[in-house]
Amino acid sequence: MPRLSMIQWTGLLVFLIAVFVLVPAYIAASGRTDFYYTLTSVALLSIASAGVWLTFYIGRINIGQGAFALIGAYVSAILVTKAGISFWLSLPLAGLFAALVSVLIGVPILRLRGVYFAMITLVLTQVVTLTALALPVTNGAKGITSIPLPGEISVFGLTVIPDFAGLENPRLAFYYTSCALMVLTFAAMYRLVNSRLGHLCRSMQQNEELASSIGVNIAYIRVIVFAISSFLGGIGGAMFGSIAQSVYPSSFQVTDSVNFMLNCFLGGLGYVFGPMLGTLVLYFGWDLLFELGRYQLLVYSGLLIILMLFLPNGLLSLRIRGKGVAGR
Amino acid sequence: MEQILANGIYLGAQYAMIALGLTLIFALMNVLNFAHGQMYVLGGFVTYTFYGQLGWPFVVALLASCVTLAVLGALIEKFLFAPVIRRSSREESTMLLAAGLAFFFDAIILLVFGEKQRGVPKIVNGVLNWDFRIIMPYDRILICFLAILSIVGFIVFMQYSKTGRALRALAQDRTAAQLMGVNVERYSMIGFAIGAMLAGLVGGLLVTITGVNLGMGGPTSIKAFMMVMIGGAGVISGAIAGGIILGFMEAIGLAVLSQYGDITYLLIFVSLMIFLAIRPQGLMGKPWG
Repeated sequence: MPRLSMIQWTGLLVFLIAVFVLVPAYIAASGRTDFYYTLTSVALLSIASAGVWLTFYIGRINIGQGAFALIGAYVSAILVTKAGISFWLSLPLAGLFAALVSVLIGVPILRLRGVYFAMITLVLTQVVTLTALALPVTNGAKGITSIPLPGEISVFGLTVIPDFAGLENPRLAFYYTSCALMVLTFAAMYRLVNSRLGHLCRSMQQNEELASSIGVNIAYIRVIVFAISSFLGGIGGAMFGSIAQSVYPSSFQVTDSVNFMLNCFLGGLGYVFGPMLGTLVLYFGWDLLFELGRYQLLVYSGLLIILMLFLPNGLLSLRIRGKGVAGR
Repeated sequence: MEQILANGIYLGAQYAMIALGLTLIFALMNVLNFAHGQMYVLGGFVTYTFYGQLGWPFVVALLASCVTLAVLGALIEKFLFAPVIRRSSREESTMLLAAGLAFFFDAIILLVFGEKQRGVPKIVNGVLNWDFRIIMPYDRILICFLAILSIVGFIVFMQYSKTGRALRALAQDRTAAQLMGVNVERYSMIGFAIGAMLAGLVGGLLVTITGVNLGMGGPTSIKAFMMVMIGGAGVISGAIAGGIILGFMEAIGLAVLSQYGDITYLLIFVSLMIFLAIRPQGLMGKPWG
């Protein structure tokens, strides 16, 4: 179990207060309620990006997270609308289903490396989109619409989570839920990276043959890691579907898969919290540039290129420069 | 049956050209060029401007496409890819750069040419009708012929010219090539320029048939990735084989499965995944390229 230093505890505390107290207070004061949607999206996308980061951690470039996010969104939507299951139960089920699919696909394709793996995962996103278009249960291009909002959870008559439809501000509720999920995800990620499994992953990232020769079961670990990654993708996708109350085959596309990868790159691949920062910067950057109208994409992509040119190892490499890069 | 074969050859020839450029760039620099489809679209728009708008001869417009993209490719390599490869601690960082470039090209195409579908007048009129067994417009035959001619020209260039030899040496072993006195930086730039030029050339050729629009870039990149995977990344013969195989699969799929709707591509994707699970390096690739 890794021990946190005093500074890290303070940082964590500041972060939690900022996310759960200061941001809602600021939004309430300034009246910019549209920020709720933006920040909720950031939280959810960073969960999916964390999954991509984890596959990077075993040395695989994963451009297929959109596929698992779409699977998660569809599983949750189908369970809620067709089977009438509570959303809160469908959320982990969506993640587990995505993980199951990823194990089935991962066993053969995780043998691939480098660009081969990158390209096949890119194709995977396309496969899932086309499957969603072809299958009857997903309702084709029309998608699944008017998914009910998450219902109530009560233990012994005590309401733990209120019915979202009855709330006067469901956006705030979604914000809290997503942020809670994000904090949980990254806490788990931090724990995982500093555990025995994390060390094994690092050994695989550096040299798989060597790791294998000293007794690391690489085939097992990479499937496990890929499953965890897809689980996170499924959770993020399912939550997104519930917020939008609709899922279409185009909800998560190749562009989204590429964006998940970019989030990781931008934050820095050597740092657990890289994906969170990368998502925040990319998503907010995109939103802030909205006022530029037709020049939005031009400026955004230009900035992306410049950033890559000057900080090719990610944003967080600024902070750690000189101290010796951790995790590499 | 003859019709399917003819369609297959036609599709295969144009696909092979797209894949050639991508695989050349990959072989030389280990860069997965996400912006390849956008380069293709850009080439189409240049030809559209010169041939369709200004009324210049088609050959001149095609040359303009090649030159524009070659210069663009050279500049991109020199000022973007080379510095990032030098500075970055992981070589995957170039993927972010390539993805950023793809967005950037999309933005430029949107601003300069708009989002409408653009077409140009036919270069030759008329339709070949061989006893209703093969029906194919003459301009398609001409484009197919030109595409095959360019592929042959490219192979001859790579085999027999001094530049081609240097590029092949670079693709085989960068360090060894450098030790033998190949100017690695210069030839990386030339290779990237040739790869981009091929994308521009095929864009210019196809604008006469399919027209061109902003949204074609991404799907074209994905198709090119698939062809490269079928044949094996970084291998020129593999790219050609991959292009032809994909072309035939598409032609056969569209003919046989048309009554089931849009299922052809799903089947192609799934069979590709199964194929790669059995043979990860593609048909002709080196293991772990």
